Amino acid sequence: MEHIVIIGNGIAGVTAARHIRKLSNKKITIISAEAGHFFSRTALMYVYMGHMRWRDIEPYESWFWEKNRLELKREYVETVDTNNKILHFKGGGSLSYDKLIIASGSVTNTFGWEGLELNGVQGLVTKQDLEKLEKNAPNNKECPRAVIVGGGLIGVEMAEMLRTRDIEATMLVREEGFWSNVLPKHDAEMISKHILSHGVDLRHNEELNKILGDGKGNVRAIVTKDGEEIPCCVVGITTGVKPQISFLKNSKIETDKGILVNRKLETNIEGVYAIGDCAQQRETIGNRPPVEAVWYTGRMMGETLAQTICGKPFEYNPGNWFNSAKFFDIEYQTYGWVFSESKLKDYEKQFHWKCASDLRCVTISYNKNSNEFLGINTFGIRMKHEVFDKWLNEKRSVGYVIENLKQANFDPEFYKKYEAEIQSIFFNQPVNV
Amino acid sequence: MSTVQRNMSLTGEPPKTINTQQKLASAIGLIGLSVLFLALLNVNFPNKTLWLTASLIMIGGGTIWFSTAAYLNKHEGIKNDGVYFKSLTSKGFWAWVLGIILTLFYVVLYWFPQYLGLVKNGENKGIVALFDPLSKLLNGGPASQWFVYGTLYTLAILAFGIKFILKYRHNKYEKLRTYSVMFFQLGFAFLIPELMLRLNSESFSLPYYDLKNIWPLNYYNFEQYRVDQFISAGDIGLALLIFGIVSIFVITPILTYKYGKRWYCSWVCGCGGLAETAGDAFRHLSDKRQIAWKVERWVIHSVLVFVVLMTTAVVHSYLGDDSSKYWLTKDVFLISVAVILTAVFAGTFIFKKEELQKDARYGAIGYFVIIISLIGFHYFSGKTLFLFEAETLRKSYGFLIGAVFSGVIGVGFYPIFGSRVWCRFGCPMAAILGFQQRLFSRFRITTNGGQCISCGNCSTYCEMGIDVRAYAQKGENIVRSSCVGCGICSAVCPRGVLKLENGPLEKRIDSNEVLLGNDVDLMNYVNK
Repeated sequence: MEHIVIIGNGIAGVTAARHIRKLSNKKITIISAEAGHFFSRTALMYVYMGHMRWRDIEPYESWFWEKNRLELKREYVETVDTNNKILHFKGGGSLSYDKLIIASGSVTNTFGWEGLELNGVQGLVTKQDLEKLEKNAPNNKECPRAVIVGGGLIGVEMAEMLRTRDIEATMLVREEGFWSNVLPKHDAEMISKHILSHGVDLRHNEELNKILGDGKGNVRAIVTKDGEEIPCCVVGITTGVKPQISFLKNSKIETDKGILVNRKLETNIEGVYAIGDCAQQRETIGNRPPVEAVWYTGRMMGETLAQTICGKPFEYNPGNWFNSAKFFDIEYQTYGWVFSESKLKDYEKQFHWKCASDLRCVTISYNKNSNEFLGINTFGIRMKHEVFDKWLNEKRSVGYVIENLKQANFDPEFYKKYEAEIQSIFFNQPVNV
Repeated sequence: MSTVQRNMSLTGEPPKTINTQQKLASAIGLIGLSVLFLALLNVNFPNKTLWLTASLIMIGGGTIWFSTAAYLNKHEGIKNDGVYFKSLTSKGFWAWVLGIILTLFYVVLYWFPQYLGLVKNGENKGIVALFDPLSKLLNGGPASQWFVYGTLYTLAILAFGIKFILKYRHNKYEKLRTYSVMFFQLGFAFLIPELMLRLNSESFSLPYYDLKNIWPLNYYNFEQYRVDQFISAGDIGLALLIFGIVSIFVITPILTYKYGKRWYCSWVCGCGGLAETAGDAFRHLSDKRQIAWKVERWVIHSVLVFVVLMTTAVVHSYLGDDSSKYWLTKDVFLISVAVILTAVFAGTFIFKKEELQKDARYGAIGYFVIIISLIGFHYFSGKTLFLFEAETLRKSYGFLIGAVFSGVIGVGFYPIFGSRVWCRFGCPMAAILGFQQRLFSRFRITTNGGQCISCGNCSTYCEMGIDVRAYAQKGENIVRSSCVGCGICSAVCPRGVLKLENGPLEKRIDSNEVLLGNDVDLMNYVNK
C-alpha cells in the first residue's frame, strides 16, 4: 500500500488527507509537533478571549482520525532525505514514505530588531504562541500594557484579544491607515477609527526601533523610530508570516522564500509536493502573489493535490480571489481585486460608498475604460460568494453589478438594506467625459 | 483529549467581570428575591400587595439594570468575552449551586406545593399567599403554586428578554424574535388564560388554556375533563376545542412548511422562550459530540411515540361503543388513528425515503409496527388498550415527561447541560415539527460559498448541539430537524458565512465537497 506522509496538520495538510482518504485506500500519516489534533488557526483568538475551549476549535472529534485511518504522529521533522525517501525526526527515529506532502505552514516574520530574544516578544501563529500569550499576558495586573508591531489581520486580532482582558494595547502601524498596503484609503480610515474606538492606542506612521529588556531577560519597553519609549510587558510581532522551511536547508528540495512548486504543486523532486503557506508558485497566477498565506488557498491546494495524488493530475487553478476577516465588530469580505492606492492599476477606478454610521462601507473596483467589474470590498454588509464569483466569471459591467446588488446581499432577515442608497449615489455621479 | 479541560489558562485569570453598577443591580435583585424567600419561610408580610409589587419590581429592575451596565457601555456586536472563564457559565461552582437550587425548586413545585404555602380549601400561606393579591386582581381567585410559577416564569422571560435584546442589539432578527417571545408569554401564556378564568361561572366553565400551547406539548388537552368542559361551554368551548385540533393538523404544518419550526420554537413557545432569554448565558454548554446526537434522536422520538400512545389510550378510554349515540366511537377513533399514522408513515417512505438515515428508517419501522400491532391486538382481542390502563399511562407520562424531563432536567439543569435540553431531547412537539422541517419545509441555513474558516463559533453557540461547522466547512446547507432557527450561529460567525433562509425545495440540500474558489474543471469532475 502506498504510504502518503504529510508534514503539518493545518488546513492544507488535513484537507489533502481527508480528500485522499475519500478517493483512495492509501496509508496516510500526518506529522505535527505543534498539536495533537487539527485545529482552526484562525480561531486561536477565541480561546484566549474565553469564547471557546481548546477542543471547540478542533473541527473533528478524536474518533474521526481513527475511523478514517489517518495516523497522527507528534514529531518534529529535522531532515528530509529525498534519495532514500526517509524523514528523520528531532527526537530520534525516522519514517519512510512513498509520497511526501509538505504543508508545514509559516512562522512569524521578523526584521532583525534588537531585543527579539527577550521573554514577552512573540507572534501569534501557533498553539505555542497562544500558550505564551496566556503566560505573558494573563491579566492587566501582570501585564498592564502591550505593544503590537504591525497592523495586519493578526495584529488587530491580538489587539482585540488583549482588550478583552483590559490590557492597554499600543499598535504601531507603518502606514497612514490600518492595513493600507492592502485596503484603499477610505476603507483603511474607517477601520482605523473603529480600532481606536475600542480603546486601542493605534499609532500611524510609527515603526519599531528596538526592544528594551529589564536585565533579567524580560521585555521592559520598546523604542519607536521617533525615539519614544513605551513601557510594556508583551511585544506582539504581527508584521506578517514567512514559510516555515528551515528543516529543508540540507535537503535537495528547491526553495526560495518558500518551497518552489509548479502548477501541479510538485517540487523539483518527484513524489514530493508542497501546499499551503509554505509553498511558492514558480509562475504567478493572475494577480496573486507567489506565496499566499491564506486559509482558503491552503484548503484549495489540499483539494487539488488530493486529486493529483489519487491518479487524476490537476493543476492548481484557483478561481476568483476572495477573502474575509473581522476587525472587532466590523466584518469584511472581498471578492475579485480591489487594490490599495500604492498598488492601484492604471486602468482601475474605484467607487466608494460609506454608511452614515461609519460602520459599513463598500468599495467597488472597475476598469475605467471598459467598465468591467473587477472586485468589491464590503464592510459590515454580508455578500454572497457565489453571486460575485459568477459575475466575475461573466465579466459583468460595474453598472450591472450595482443594479443587481440586491441579489448578492447575504445579511440576516429583517436587516436594513443599503442597495438603493448605493445605487442612487453611483448612478448620480458626475460623468467624466 | 480530556473532557475537563476548560481553557488554556496556565496562570491566567479573567479581568473583573462585574462593575460597580452591576454590583448594585445584583444587590437590588437579591433583595427582591429575598422577600420571596422570607415569604417561603412563612414570614407574614402585612401589606402583601405592596411587598409583592416591590419584590417583583426589584427582581426585574435589578436584572435589567445589570444588563444595561453590562452591554450599553460597549460597542454593539457579539459579546461572549470570558464566557468560559466565569464559574457560572462554565460549569463551575456557581453553576452547580444554581443548578441545585433550581432543581430543588422544581421538585417542591411539582410534588410538595404545601411547602410553598399552598392550602387546599383554606387561606394560603407562605409564598403562595404573597401572590394572592395579584391572582385576585387577574382571575378573581386565590393563587396556586402554578400561579406563582407562571408569574415568575413570565418575569424571567421579560427581564432576561430585555437582557438578550441589549446583548444582541446589533441584530434585528434577534430583537424581533425576542419581542415575539416576550409578547406570547405575557399575553397568551399568562394574561389571557387568567382573564379567561374570570368568565367562568357555575353554569359556564372553560379549562385553563394557553392557546399557543399545542398538543403534544400540551399533552393533557384531550383529557376527558377538559373535553367535557369545552363541550359544556357551548360555542366558545367548541371553537377552542376545534382550534386545538386545527392547530395540530392544519396551522402547524402550513407554518412549518413556510418558515421551518422556528416560527414556534423560537418565536412563540414558552419553553423555548425561557431557554432563549434566561437560558442564553448557558447556550454554549449543549453537548456537540456525535454520540449526543445519536442519543437525542432515539430519546426524542421515543417520547413522541409515548405521547401518541398515551393520548390515544386516554381518548379511547372515555369514548363510547354505541354508534347510535355519537358518531365518534372507540372503534372509529382507533381506526382513524391507525389510518393517519399509516398515511404519514407510507407518505414518508414513498416520497422521502432517500432523505432518512438508516437508523431513522429502522426506528420508524419499529415504532410503526409496535403501534399498529397494539391497536390491532386490542381491536381483535378486546384487551386493555396498549396493555396498560389509560390512567396509568397518563400518570407516568405526566410524571416522567411533563414534570421530570421538562421541568427538573429541562430547566433545573440549564447551568450544566445548556439551555435547550428539554427542547432537544424531550419535547414531542419539537419532534413533530422537526420531522416536518427536515422533510417538507422551505427552511434551511445556507452557507456562503467557501468562506468558512472552521473556527467553531457556530457549533459552540448552537443551543441545540448541532455541529453547524461540520456542514459549513463543506459549504453545505444545513437542514436538521432539531434546528430551532434561533439565528445565533449566523450572528456569531466572524466571517458572515451562515444565513437562515426560506427558499425553494429544490437544491435545499446542496452538498458537494468542493467549494467555490477552485477552478471549474475540478468542480465538474467531482460533481460527476
